[in-house]
Amino acid sequence: MAPTLARNMPRTLTPDLALWMLRMILTIRMFEEKMLEFLNAGVIKGGSHLYIGQEAVATGVCAALRNDDYITSTHRGHGHGLAKGGDPKALMAEILGKATGVCRGRGGSLHLADLDTGNLGANGIVGGSLGIAAGAALSAKMRNSGQIVACFFGDGAVNTGIFHEAMNMTKVWELPVLFVCENNLYGMSVSVNRATGLTDLADRADGYRMRKAIVDGQDVFAVLEAARHYGEIARSGGGPTFIECKTYRFGGHSRSDARKYRTREEERQWRERDPITVCARRGIEEGWFDTATVEQIRSEVAAIIEEAAGFALSSPEPDPHELTDDLYAA
Amino acid sequence: MGSSRELTIQDALNEALRMEMRRDERVFCMGEDIAIYGGAYGVTKGLLQEFGEERVRDTAISEAAIIGAGIGAAMTGMRPVVELMYVDFAGIAMDQIYNQAAKIRYMFGGKAKVPLVIRTQGGTGKQIAAQHSNSLEAWFLHTPGLKTVMPSTPYDAKGLLISAIRDDNPVMFIEHKAIYNEKGPCPEGDYTVPIGKAAIRRPGKDATIVSYSRMALRSMAAADTLAGEGISCEVIDLRTVSPWDTHVVIESVARTHRAVIVEEGTRTGGVGAEISARIMELAFDELDAPVERVAGVDTVIPASATLEAAAIPNVESIVAAVRRTLL
Repeated sequence: MAPTLARNMPRTLTPDLALWMLRMILTIRMFEEKMLEFLNAGVIKGGSHLYIGQEAVATGVCAALRNDDYITSTHRGHGHGLAKGGDPKALMAEILGKATGVCRGRGGSLHLADLDTGNLGANGIVGGSLGIAAGAALSAKMRNSGQIVACFFGDGAVNTGIFHEAMNMTKVWELPVLFVCENNLYGMSVSVNRATGLTDLADRADGYRMRKAIVDGQDVFAVLEAARHYGEIARSGGGPTFIECKTYRFGGHSRSDARKYRTREEERQWRERDPITVCARRGIEEGWFDTATVEQIRSEVAAIIEEAAGFALSSPEPDPHELTDDLYAA
Repeated sequence: MGSSRELTIQDALNEALRMEMRRDERVFCMGEDIAIYGGAYGVTKGLLQEFGEERVRDTAISEAAIIGAGIGAAMTGMRPVVELMYVDFAGIAMDQIYNQAAKIRYMFGGKAKVPLVIRTQGGTGKQIAAQHSNSLEAWFLHTPGLKTVMPSTPYDAKGLLISAIRDDNPVMFIEHKAIYNEKGPCPEGDYTVPIGKAAIRRPGKDATIVSYSRMALRSMAAADTLAGEGISCEVIDLRTVSPWDTHVVIESVARTHRAVIVEEGTRTGGVGAEISARIMELAFDELDAPVERVAGVDTVIPASATLEAAAIPNVESIVAAVRRTLL
């Protein structure tokens, strides 16, 4: 099977790729801002785990993947779905529970999945997709397909049982997985240093003799470089890598979160390292694009998000007569 | 050819795995001690030698990851048969069974398939007590999205396992540890037993006994005893607990007007409770006596052989229940 680059992206860092990544970060940001607007307006009740602040992680990782590679996602999964190539209209309609949603209104925000783009699903259970990622990688290995799996999970997941089971299995069988730990410093309200004895969660990999890397999760170029490097190792039979991305969710865990467990000063410092700013600054410095281009992309993305919102809002509700459809395959 | 051949349930299951692995290279086995050891109850013996370690995989003791990996492989083009050594261990893998495997197709709008077989075994009979002897099928019956199969004969064991492997849904395939050595007719060729179809093991006119797995065998023995007294029992072996064959059960009750449900699992909230309720809903006017349930005592399974035997139905308790419906 001939490898296809994600959206035919070049393997070197070109202006086109940098622009794609900037566009994706902005797409995720504006998508999530629209979700926030819908939450505040009461249009949606669920779907409030927003990815704002962490956009560079999904973007950088997915930019390193082939179209036929897999991802597994989390309860904070809108960004993963978009970055893997999901249609904003179908994803937004799903979060609104509409019949036109990518899961026909059955999954919603917590179970956004898009098999056509290789997204094996967000998961409402922290750590719930780690085993699935191992299995998809086992399948890829047994089918000799050259596919790899990027398994996204948060800092909270590293303390669940299946995390250890899946890490161990993946290493023993040298399966092609990138364990992408999005360490946003808090599992809901409990900080990493209150939940574990570790400073760097990548150290968990040592117990399995697994390769590890620590990356600035606010810098999409750093994430891309790591995902490419370790992704190619996985693809060529070199086994899994644990990539810890240091990042931050700019908002609360969900909309009911008053953020009493962290300071506004800490939030301010992280907001200075907004992934949009980091990406745009580097691109302008390198001469890959200019400020006018950034503004142009911003307005193009805004139009796409408005179109998606219009589509989602105007889409029909699912038919209650179809409530039990799809429980079983025929 | 071979129609008179007899096999044990253990060998029938082994043959089903071999045949499907030969037929379809997407089929593979994974679990604790299934390769070199051949499975805690010997069902996978010899598979490693025939198919190699790529397709017959010993795993670490990681029940959640075994089932999770089975799900991931099933979603991406493989047809895994994973072994959960004891159904009791479902407790440490239940998230993967009921939150993931059972729900994925529905949650994802019908766009995913999870053709996963979870082979396991349950029940009493080996004096291995509270954490290795349970009958947990009621948990799975209560989980939309799963199918649950529980054979009682070698013929059904082979035909149902082949069906389960070819099914595009997650199937809990629950064997019974005490009947692996039961022998019976089992043809050599490729055949399937459909999931969801009960078998009438013995036609009768006075009462219907509904059962499955090991208790179907005890129900047959009870029917023999009762036949000596001139009482004619129809014995239905459900074979599939979910979705169970409502049609065959209701039709039989409409003929006999009496129903006795026999299960090894605990009585409260059990499979019998569900079947009894459905009979009430669909055939109340046909009943000449209250539906009887013969079930495991609501207790933890004890170690003592004497206590263990007292915790589950026996032939005498089934016979007594049938008699009560005829008073």
